[in-house]
Amino acid sequence: MTGTESRAVRLDAEEARRLRQQRVESVGRWLLPLLIMVAAIWLWDRICVWNEIPKYILPRPLEVLQTLHDDAGLLFTSLLFTLKITFLSLLLAVVGGVGLSVLFAQSKWVEMSFFPFAIVLQVTPIVAIFPLINIYVNNQTAKLLLCAWIVAFFPILSNTTLGLNSVDRNLRDLFRLNGASRWQELWHLRLPAAMPYFLGGLKIAGGLSLIGAVVAEFVAGASGQASGLASRIIEAGYRLNAPRLFAALILISLTGIVIFLVLSLISHLILRRWHESALKQEG
Amino acid sequence: MAQAGAEGGLQGRTGEAPALLALHGVGKTFSNGVAALDAVDLTINEGDFLSLLGPSGCGKSTALRIIAGLSTPTSGGLDWRGGGLDRSGIGFVFQEPTLLPWASVFDNVWLPLRLRGVSKAKAAPAVMEMLARVHLDGFAQAVPRELSGGMKMRVSIARAMVTKPRVLLMDEPFAALDEITRFKLNNDLLELWQDERFTAIFVTHSVFESVFLSSRIVVMAARPGRVFRDMSVDAPYPRDEAFRTSPTYAALCREASDVLSAAMNANGGSGHDGH
Repeated sequence: MTGTESRAVRLDAEEARRLRQQRVESVGRWLLPLLIMVAAIWLWDRICVWNEIPKYILPRPLEVLQTLHDDAGLLFTSLLFTLKITFLSLLLAVVGGVGLSVLFAQSKWVEMSFFPFAIVLQVTPIVAIFPLINIYVNNQTAKLLLCAWIVAFFPILSNTTLGLNSVDRNLRDLFRLNGASRWQELWHLRLPAAMPYFLGGLKIAGGLSLIGAVVAEFVAGASGQASGLASRIIEAGYRLNAPRLFAALILISLTGIVIFLVLSLISHLILRRWHESALKQEG
Repeated sequence: MAQAGAEGGLQGRTGEAPALLALHGVGKTFSNGVAALDAVDLTINEGDFLSLLGPSGCGKSTALRIIAGLSTPTSGGLDWRGGGLDRSGIGFVFQEPTLLPWASVFDNVWLPLRLRGVSKAKAAPAVMEMLARVHLDGFAQAVPRELSGGMKMRVSIARAMVTKPRVLLMDEPFAALDEITRFKLNNDLLELWQDERFTAIFVTHSVFESVFLSSRIVVMAARPGRVFRDMSVDAPYPRDEAFRTSPTYAALCREASDVLSAAMNANGGSGHDGH
């Protein structure tokens, strides 16, 4: 095959079609969702106008944007509060989840004895537990944290436990042959092997901790002092301030998306060199 | 080739070598009632390249695990001659490369030393030397998934050898490799063995591989696993590609093959695998 003066290799019809399709797909992957989003917002706006829907029922997109700008101070203070609860509870979920799973990994007996408690905590709806927490815990922040933590820690615990127990048997033999201590096996073998599982759990827990923070505030909202985004939503609902309600809602959604993206990025950066999940398909 | 010590005499180094390890009536019965090994008596000499050859289920891997200390015999025992051998005296190569996928080639080879408290800087000369010995210089910073199957196995061998063990145990290490790669690794392994003078115990179900590598072949029979025949391979080292195509090699393979067939028939002809 000569005549490679120009960059192109001569392609048969099938390969040319495949190449074209790849190009279209790479553009479409970004463009299409964007177009749909814009169209949906436009449609939302048109529905408001065509039906003359009052602003306190369904505000127009621009009005929501305007509110986001006008109420920025209030909304972002609330966002900060929600973020604080979210991240603190996620941090506690990581510490608690990993700590417990390491404890579980030390002995089958410990795992068998205590795992049921973790499951009970997981399957009982947080809204149903909250009245109890409300009685036992005085501090408002501590209440919210506890709620969000209960929701978020389980995926980390269960995934990390699975990971710690999924170590290749030959590798464990290798460590035994080399006289590795328990601690060495944990540090050099089990924890790194559990990393992909842990990161998978972390991605789920990130979203759950936000949900936990918001739900906790909803339930706690009655007691007043809370000032997170959920309180803004309740308050705006009472006052028929729909634009602010929408603005707060959008902030929560965006926060969730950002949390997911950041955790995905972290996961990718840690695993990219070795784990199947982070490898690009080639060929 | 014949019974050990029969006509021809050994040209390897096993003749006058002192015994390193003796297995006395070693048996292993698993909790499900399967008798993997039944009263195995075997003496392994310093500097042997000994292959355990046999069909699946003849207990050769179990024997290897018992020698490694990964499994305890149900009956009988091991006698390490000339002073006991501590863990650092044993290197083990598994059937799969069994590398840490997240760690670089360097870190994988460093691992046995690291577990003994040797720092990265202190281990570096030994690790780099071992990598050079298995022809992987330049790959120290690669991670396992960037390597081919043969290269991964080389890393595994380097890791087993980095502690300079007196005994290298290998459990069908090349079974999953293509033939060309396997031949190359066979050559390199022999070279390493001749330079380092360790004792090698090599589990395989390939007649050709065991004849090419070994100074001695222990053919095992299954159900229950036992030593069927202990043969010496009367061919001088170094062995190279020329040996692979020589009439001597062909004749030795035929003999070993006949013994293996007899071993398989000895348990009712139910054995059926092998290359």
